[in-house]
Amino acid sequence: MQDDLVLRVIGKILIPYILLFAVYVQFHGDFGPGGGFQAGVIFATGIVFYALIFGLQQARAVISDGFVEAMLAAGVLLYAGIGVAGLLLGGNYLDYFVLSSDPIHGQHRGIFWVELGVAITVCGVMIKIFYMFASHGDGGEHRQ
Amino acid sequence: MHVLLILMMLAVLAIARTRNLFSVIVLSGIYSFLMATVFVALDAVDVAMTEAAVGAGVSTVLLLGALHLCRSDEAKPTHRPWIPLSLSTATAAMLIYGALGLPGFADPDAPIHRHVVPRYLQNEIDIPNVVTAVLASFRGFDTLGETAVVFTAGAGIIALLRRRKKNGKEGNPDAG
Repeated sequence: MQDDLVLRVIGKILIPYILLFAVYVQFHGDFGPGGGFQAGVIFATGIVFYALIFGLQQARAVISDGFVEAMLAAGVLLYAGIGVAGLLLGGNYLDYFVLSSDPIHGQHRGIFWVELGVAITVCGVMIKIFYMFASHGDGGEHRQ
Repeated sequence: MHVLLILMMLAVLAIARTRNLFSVIVLSGIYSFLMATVFVALDAVDVAMTEAAVGAGVSTVLLLGALHLCRSDEAKPTHRPWIPLSLSTATAAMLIYGALGLPGFADPDAPIHRHVVPRYLQNEIDIPNVVTAVLASFRGFDTLGETAVVFTAGAGIIALLRRRKKNGKEGNPDAG
């Protein structure tokens, strides 16, 4: 598929907006539909789209395997770390009210970091599964 | 709404009848998009986004990747699947019978709407999207567990596929 001009042009136009939409869904999740899981999946979809059009090697050059594996763990650790931060600041585990002097602001802060953790893990897992499946065949090219 | 559900039923029947795996993957993508549209019709936009991105997007690509590794036609079954068929029919009948006892759709007097929902909708933490508030704050422990499940799934895939690759490299000279 790497020689398909139409796909390459459309991909180059669309992929930045897919990634931007993922970031919008992530940071606007408090106000509109969306949140960490959706944002992570949409971001991963953008990367998968890129890998399908420009080849797996190109995608791996952009986001390396080691980085993706680090994302897997980093998201869960970030989420669990927010819980520990609540403990250290004198609340219960995953208690966001103590994260700031204003309880409501503390809730917003807690939800922001927790959603970011979910997004990082989900995005990492989706990309990693795709990498593993795609590289399992010969050279990772899909027959269409 | 009913049109969507009937189309979904047709898609499922087509999936069950078709032997060509490529058509099955395309049909299941169509099924996922119909499901996402149903979720939009039910005002569950968050779930609809997930269904469209995961069900129709990523999993279709993953299934195509898996199809690349195997033959594209399903083998004919060696025997008539009467026992599984009757089992699943019985389960479906039981579920439908149970569903008849549920409160009506969007019934304000349903037990769930009198228990915790009023407190969620009061929204003492001032997050306009109630779904996010429930997921990340009221039920933060659940979501931590879900994130851990997603992480475990990724770790499991890595462990499975990586080992097989290594075995293939070491095993080939011995076998050949």
